[in-house]
Parts: sequence; structure tokens; C-alpha cells
Amino acid sequence: MSESPKPEAGRRAFLGATAAATAAGLGFVALAPGVQLIRFAQAKAGMEGASSKVRWGMLIDTTRCATGCKECVAACATENAIEPSSGRPGQSSQWIRKIELKAEKTGHEISLPMMCQHCAEPPCVDVCPTGASFKRADGIVLVDRHTCIGCRYCMMACPYKARSFVHETLTEQNPEVPRGKGCVESCTLCVHRVDKGQQPACVEACNKSGHEAMLFGDLNDAAGAIAKRIATTPTSQVRADLRLDPGVRYQGI
Amino acid sequence: MRHRVLSLALLALAVLAMPAYAGQGVPKPLVTIEQPGECVAPPEVIRRNHMDLLKHQRDKTLRDGQRGAKTSLNACIECHASKKTGSVLGSNENFCQGCHAYVAVTLDCFECHQPKTGMVKAAGAKP
Repeated sequence: MSESPKPEAGRRAFLGATAAATAAGLGFVALAPGVQLIRFAQAKAGMEGASSKVRWGMLIDTTRCATGCKECVAACATENAIEPSSGRPGQSSQWIRKIELKAEKTGHEISLPMMCQHCAEPPCVDVCPTGASFKRADGIVLVDRHTCIGCRYCMMACPYKARSFVHETLTEQNPEVPRGKGCVESCTLCVHRVDKGQQPACVEACNKSGHEAMLFGDLNDAAGAIAKRIATTPTSQVRADLRLDPGVRYQGI
Repeated sequence: MRHRVLSLALLALAVLAMPAYAGQGVPKPLVTIEQPGECVAPPEVIRRNHMDLLKHQRDKTLRDGQRGAKTSLNACIECHASKKTGSVLGSNENFCQGCHAYVAVTLDCFECHQPKTGMVKAAGAKP
């Protein structure tokens, strides 16, 4: 301003330009002086972000899940660059694990993958003292490693034992999946892939192996495959009595 | 007397050694721009504000799921990684480390983030 010979003109030009830029940016359409119609501007691809209209979820058909098959676990490890802890296997990160169950009386066996259940009411978020554990608008529960102090309260709060603590320095991360020592982590539902319109790595691997036991999709989309399946087949949530409303549902348990 | 001689000798040594340091200081960081061209902002803005740009964007990306932003750490690395090592770290000739070593500011991003390019294929992930 001080450099402008006519401060008044400079200010007017600046205000005019700013108003025009704002109008163009937000997509205002001037109908008449003082009357404007707000139009939703077409955002750059991916910049619209997570929407609360969507609730990402998964349906796991335990009748199709094969005993001994660990394709989903392997795909998760490859995608998220999860390596076993050196020397201390008990401390390895575990985003997804396979569970084999047997009913004692009948001998009936089932096999299922267990991972973060992406609860609508996540206890890990409730207990987090720093706000690092959070739920995205589309229902994906994540850890913000920038604010995680590694206290591990969330690990204690989670009834599914879904979270792991990173004990060792990591160097071979996937650039899209930053991970590091001193933070708690868990299944992200492959958020970096979901945001690109892809399926989580475990679901893709399960389909590829021919078992097709995992179905991923938007639980809120009534026309979608997952919403149709859960509307027509009996499915259940693990520990539904806790009323956490998990986004991962199981069929045949 | 002995002490005085010794201190005088030391002083003389110090004075003699002065020209070697005078005007030299810590060597300026060697910043190699591997891919000259348009950055997301002018160099003076980036130099002063890159940390704020990145910090602002990281919350939007992580918490709101806004992808494809102008300022992303991965985009910085893609352009600025050394052609020799494929990394922004590793030696003081490399982009991030060079300046951060010069100004003695700890570089914490890469405790979790991948400083190398070309890791997407190695990790088995699709870009």
C-alpha cells in the first residue's frame, strides 16, 4: 500500500479483485445485484475429502473363509510394509490376523480374519488423551501419528485387540503409509487406497484367491452390494453387546 | 612468569589461526535442485513457510481425507530426492538434510515418512 501513489485506488482495485476471486472460487453465480446463487464448485479430484454420507464397512463371510489361508494377512503386510519384529515376534505389528475357532460340543470349525472393526462408537477414540485416535467422517478409525504419544490406552480400551505398538525404528515404509517407532497403529481399512476408489488390499487378495469371503463397500448406499447383502442375509457384529456398532460384520458366526 | 609466557603463546596461536576462520564460518548448504522448474511456491516462500504449508496440509489429508493437494510431503520428495541416492536424506548434499544440518533443526518427518523415492514398487503398493 505504501508504494502505491493512490492508496484509495489501490485498495479499491484490491478489494474488487479479491471479491471476484472469492466469487469464482466458491462458485457464486450473481443473478442480480445482491442476489446470489451458490453453486457447488467442482473440487479438484480427491480434494472433497471424506464424506459423512458414506460409512465404509466390510462383510466377512466365514463360511467362505478357508482354514489355514492367510492371503489377507500377507496382502496387508505387503501393502502396508509390515515386517515382523526382529528377535521379538510377540512385538510385531498386527493389523489383521486369522482366527480359527472350534465349537467344543459339535466340533464345528470356523475361520475368520479379525482386524480393527471401525466402530461407530470407538472406545479407542474415547480414551485417547491427545485426540490422536480419531474417526473420519466416513467411519474409518485412524491414529494421527503426529499427535500420538504412544501411551497405549487405546490398545487397552479396544475389545478386539486390534491395535499394535511400534517398538522398533522402521525404514522401509510405503510412502503412502507412514509408520514409525513410538506410535500405536492399526488397520486403516487401506484408507490411501479407498480414497483413490480402490478396495482394501486384504479384500482384493481374498477375491484373487477365489474365496471371495470379504466384501467391502459403503454401508449407507442402499443400492450397493454390501448393503443389499446385509439386508438379505443374517449377519452379526462381534461383541454387539458392547454397542460399539462396528463397521465390520460377520456372516456365519 | 611461566603462565604469562604460556598465555601469550596461546594468544599468538589464536591470532595466527584467525585468518583461517575469518569470513568462512560454517559452509553454506549445497542445495541441488534435481528437477528445476515450477515449485508450488516461490523459493523465498518455501524457505520460510514450508513447515507451515506441510503441517496445514497434513491435518487436512489425514483427518479430512483430502488427497491430491498442492503441498504434500511425498510430492516434495518426488521432485527433490537426490538422483544419486534417491533420497532427501543420507548426506548433507541431499535436499532436506543439507539445510536442516546447516540451521541445526531436527528433521522429524522421516521418523515415520519414507525419505526415498521409488519405494512404492518395492512396498508392493500400487501408486
